[in-house]
Amino acid sequence: MTTAVQPRALRSTRSVGSALADGVAKWGFIAVTVALIAYFALTEPSFATSANVLGMLKFIAPTAIAGLGVALAMTVGGIDLSVGAAAGFAVSIAAYTMVIANQVGGIAIITVLLGGVLIGSINAVLVVVARIPDLLATLTTMFVIVGLKLIIVDGQSISSRMTLPNGTTAPGVFTADYLALDRGSVGPIPIPVIIFVVLTAALWFVLEHTRWGRALYAVGANPEAARLAGIRVRAYRAAAYIGCGLLASIAGLLLGARIGQGDVSAGNSLLLDAVAVALVGVSVLGAGKPNAWGTALGAVLIAVMVTGFTMAGLPYYYQDFGKGIVLLVALLFSFTFSRRRVAVVAGSTASQ
Amino acid sequence: MTNPISNLRGGDRAVVSLEALSVSYGPNRVLEHIDAELASGEITALLGTNGAGKSTLIKALSGANPQYTGVVRVDGSVVRLATPTDAVKLGISTVHQKVADGIVPGLTVAENLVLSDLAPGGGGLFVGRRSTLARAREVVRTLELPWDDRFLGHDAARLGISDAQLLVLARALRSKPRLLILDEPTSALTAPEVERLFVVLRRLRDQGLAILYVSHRFGEIETLADRALVLRDGRLALDARRPFDWHALLEQMLGRRTDLVLAPVDVRRGTEAVVSVRGVPLLPTSAPIDLDIRSGEVLGILGLIGAGKTELAETIAGARPAASGTLELGGEAYAPKHPDEAIRAGVVLVPEDRQAQGILPGWSVAHNVTVPFLREASPFGVLRRGRETARATVVVDELGVVTAGVDASIDDLSGGNQQKVVVGRWLSGGPRVALLDEPFRGVDIGARREIGARLRRLAADGGAGVLLSSDVDEIIELADRIVVLVDGDVLLDAYADGVGRELVVASLLGTTRADRSVRSADPLPDAESRNEDPA
Repeated sequence: MTTAVQPRALRSTRSVGSALADGVAKWGFIAVTVALIAYFALTEPSFATSANVLGMLKFIAPTAIAGLGVALAMTVGGIDLSVGAAAGFAVSIAAYTMVIANQVGGIAIITVLLGGVLIGSINAVLVVVARIPDLLATLTTMFVIVGLKLIIVDGQSISSRMTLPNGTTAPGVFTADYLALDRGSVGPIPIPVIIFVVLTAALWFVLEHTRWGRALYAVGANPEAARLAGIRVRAYRAAAYIGCGLLASIAGLLLGARIGQGDVSAGNSLLLDAVAVALVGVSVLGAGKPNAWGTALGAVLIAVMVTGFTMAGLPYYYQDFGKGIVLLVALLFSFTFSRRRVAVVAGSTASQ
Repeated sequence: MTNPISNLRGGDRAVVSLEALSVSYGPNRVLEHIDAELASGEITALLGTNGAGKSTLIKALSGANPQYTGVVRVDGSVVRLATPTDAVKLGISTVHQKVADGIVPGLTVAENLVLSDLAPGGGGLFVGRRSTLARAREVVRTLELPWDDRFLGHDAARLGISDAQLLVLARALRSKPRLLILDEPTSALTAPEVERLFVVLRRLRDQGLAILYVSHRFGEIETLADRALVLRDGRLALDARRPFDWHALLEQMLGRRTDLVLAPVDVRRGTEAVVSVRGVPLLPTSAPIDLDIRSGEVLGILGLIGAGKTELAETIAGARPAASGTLELGGEAYAPKHPDEAIRAGVVLVPEDRQAQGILPGWSVAHNVTVPFLREASPFGVLRRGRETARATVVVDELGVVTAGVDASIDDLSGGNQQKVVVGRWLSGGPRVALLDEPFRGVDIGARREIGARLRRLAADGGAGVLLSSDVDEIIELADRIVVLVDGDVLLDAYADGVGRELVVASLLGTTRADRSVRSADPLPDAESRNEDPA
């Protein structure tokens, strides 16, 4: 193909400045993460132990999984602000199923997953059918779900064998099989870490190597071109929100097993972290689009930072400041230093 | 009549002269030592294929790219065009291609006309409705536009494209420029609207304005321009005066010898009707039409904007439901509810707007090609890179797409090459019916030839090719059979060897039925010059 020569020549002779900017945009995040890890490994002797590494991954698993959900919603050009509420809903519903309804852990898990699909479906209907802009629709869902959760549990946290308002004792407990979601392990690897890695790999495979993933990205890149190319745009957008709801409920399952009770405030802080790690994922390796491994790396970065700060004896409120800076840097890499068009356009696609 | 051009010096005096003007992006020189003079009272056409440097030259002259080297003189004195405001102050006004970008919706036509008064240093702190109207009236008067006060009070968002074009032009003339640059001003206009614009431009020229006119349409240049500059690969390849030797011009543009009129020598006659349209109204107000699309031929559907071309194409391609009536495909009932159903049935559409409906920005060439064919590329849903690359390579080779490779980003390709990718994508599935809606808009002639050849090969292989266009020459060049649509109605349906250009044009003007005197109504004076030229 003789026609190929000229553009290649153009590219190789680009200026040093823009090459540098590209390099920063591509590798900046990895470099920051490695630098942080190296710093904490040198200054905190207990940081670089395998126990701590696994502990960090386990700690961040719910955030990472909710972040995968947000990344999935972002692939179709949307966003889901109800992930934190959906995870919190899952925590309370799991507790209610086991403690009040006296069911085994397996039933609780199935109920929670169905709840996640339901929440995702509500978002899908609001965004795809009712055509409410995604930011507003999922914000509304967030309110409704938080309220609904409090109505179901009478506004209180549910714990094993708690005393009910009518004076009797609750019939059920958090069962061992459910709690194993947090406390179990395969060999040295905690179960939350396995779920985190498996889900990340699965989402990566679907998005990068299957036609369904390609279609999701096509919907996000140009919905009209996707429609004319025969892609069922509305179905894919609905599927992305349902998948997001499901992932958020899985995050809630892990959170509930960790806390060991139906804490009504659980999941409140999850939303911002989940959105942050998904946005960090967009900037990792200059991907310019939401993706699974980038999201996972964003979660790891936050885990490293939180753990490192804690070991260094900094007060907890330093963590939020650190996360904010990380997100800011991620956005700078994605939007400012990158010459590529970034495919995150949350809130702009709802009228499709 | 008041004269909008101040400091009229008259004659063929150079208003703006360029000496060794060069522009580089990095080490890559996109404009090289351009020496040219733009004279008052003269319309200079700027020609060149995509990527020849036209946009770069315009950017430099309009102050949008201060990184040029060389000397620009206005009225003999050396100037520095550092910002668009500088250029306007020095008397260089530019009307850009995308007219809609220049209109502020929500403001009235009058407010849009005097928009520059709202900028800092404009007409004072307070802008009264009455003074705005008065100033707008003045602008309207100088351009002799038939716009009354009621019209000036309308929301500018409601303007048609032609009036919007005139509004932007009028505004550009408010600063009393010496040089007016027009970048493809007619790309969205219909023939009568073009004629209306030309009347205005000729008058401005006669009043002493220098006009630099960029267009892909040779007919317009033949009609309008006094002089033509041809750019090729960033250099000035030719500086010609009227009468134009179109062979020489084309040769300089393309770097190879090209024949001007290329009506197909072998007019094919298709056999079997592959798509039958029965009783489908194209516009809400129009009568239902019947139309057969036959395999083994290229059907050219000619119609202006609003004639119902896009509606027809989208209905057949499943992108728009038919209001009533029926469709048949290969003799069987056919009512696609989604483009997916049409694609599976072998009916594909190259949509009208490449950017908004065709390409997936940021994606590689290969992924852009395969997006409608993901099923074939993914056994059990898993995409095979080899299958995607193979299909994309065929498209790139067949259409001569200029790209660093199938993995290069589509964003790095020129408009013409992006269009080749989109057309090649849709033809790569071996469709039974391929509908190409305005495939040559903003596409250089080289790409146009390659896309046209590919379409004719589809028909030769037994497929049905349908070209929908508002350009008479595109249709004549490619179609075996010509259908003329006017206001949703079929006014002509004939094989190309049985009709002349005049009849086609007359049909387009809607004069065939009421008035058979064809010649008197022909508003496209380029017709004769184009037909007699090849020698």
